[in-house]
Amino acid sequence: MIRRGVDLLRRYWRVVRRPSAYYSLGFLTVGGFVAGVIFWGGFNTALELTNREPFCIGCHEMRDNVYVELQPTIHFSNRSGVRAKCPDCHVPHNWTDKIARKMQASKEVWGKIFGTVSTREKFEAARLELAQHEWARLKANDSLECRNCHTSVAMDFTKQTRRAAQIHERFLISGEKTCIDCHKGIAHRLPYIPAGESPSDTPGQAVPGR
Amino acid sequence: MTPIILALLLAATLPASAGDVLTDPMRGNVPILDEATPPAMPAQENKDVRRVRSHPMQPPNIPHKIDGYQLDKDVNRCLYCHSRTRIEETRAIPLSVTHYMDRDGNVRGDVSPRRYFCTQCHVPQDEVKPLVDNRFQDFETASRPPAGKTAPKSR
Repeated sequence: MIRRGVDLLRRYWRVVRRPSAYYSLGFLTVGGFVAGVIFWGGFNTALELTNREPFCIGCHEMRDNVYVELQPTIHFSNRSGVRAKCPDCHVPHNWTDKIARKMQASKEVWGKIFGTVSTREKFEAARLELAQHEWARLKANDSLECRNCHTSVAMDFTKQTRRAAQIHERFLISGEKTCIDCHKGIAHRLPYIPAGESPSDTPGQAVPGR
Repeated sequence: MTPIILALLLAATLPASAGDVLTDPMRGNVPILDEATPPAMPAQENKDVRRVRSHPMQPPNIPHKIDGYQLDKDVNRCLYCHSRTRIEETRAIPLSVTHYMDRDGNVRGDVSPRRYFCTQCHVPQDEVKPLVDNRFQDFETASRPPAGKTAPKSR
């Protein structure tokens, strides 16, 4: 069995190694280049197709839970008509990070096939864990997806309310905290967070009687 | 008998003549059978300046926007800044001790469930004029003696 496999590999290796007897060098290089362009273009196009809002809300898990919650928030409906779509916050823009995130997302395909969060009840039960993953990701990359649009350099504190300006000056500029530390639940509903269960602990969220 | 009384009551509430039209000042003096043009949506006040309370027991109202603040059985966004443990960081005004009391007056370690839903008593304000005339006087004003009279000497 192993012997036959090794024989097969050896045969293919010989075919690959042998100079072409029929095709010219020009055909092979130009053809290889063209095939490469087509392959790469196709790969990237397919990748970008999975980076669109219609793809994200193609599944009822996203459409009926998190997408509904996003709609009344400032990132979806606002005075200037700029909208942050799912991948703007949940998919890194940088290529290597994006591919890494896409590989992680194969777990989500698994979840879809086996119905991990197929009902509202299952989703609510998993919500804290799912949220914690996103908090951990944003905490680790210093809220990169927030800062893709909201840079502290471009922030005019005089245009903010005094309260916001003071807090940003003390925590954001000093680097003591990152966006997600305070702005959790800005686009989706928060679950009940037991004390100590969020990456930057939020004691104010302890709910009495639980 | 009853139908007659009802008819009389109805007649009493109807306008005296067909020329009179019923209006409701709350709707901006538009006859109630006509559709009123709604006023523009007012902006929520967002000045962060504490307002004077009209009477000592009044729950202070909220001097900032609370749009989209989650306040349900899972999360209390207000406590995120206003809770006892957060105020050093946020410099928000802490809840008074009454919020920690249960109905028997015992002070508990955390916010009492009956005081948990902030917007039952505390509300933000819109930048609008009152819809109806209001002659409410603050106690300070109401207790002041009218002009020309001196306050009675306390015994």
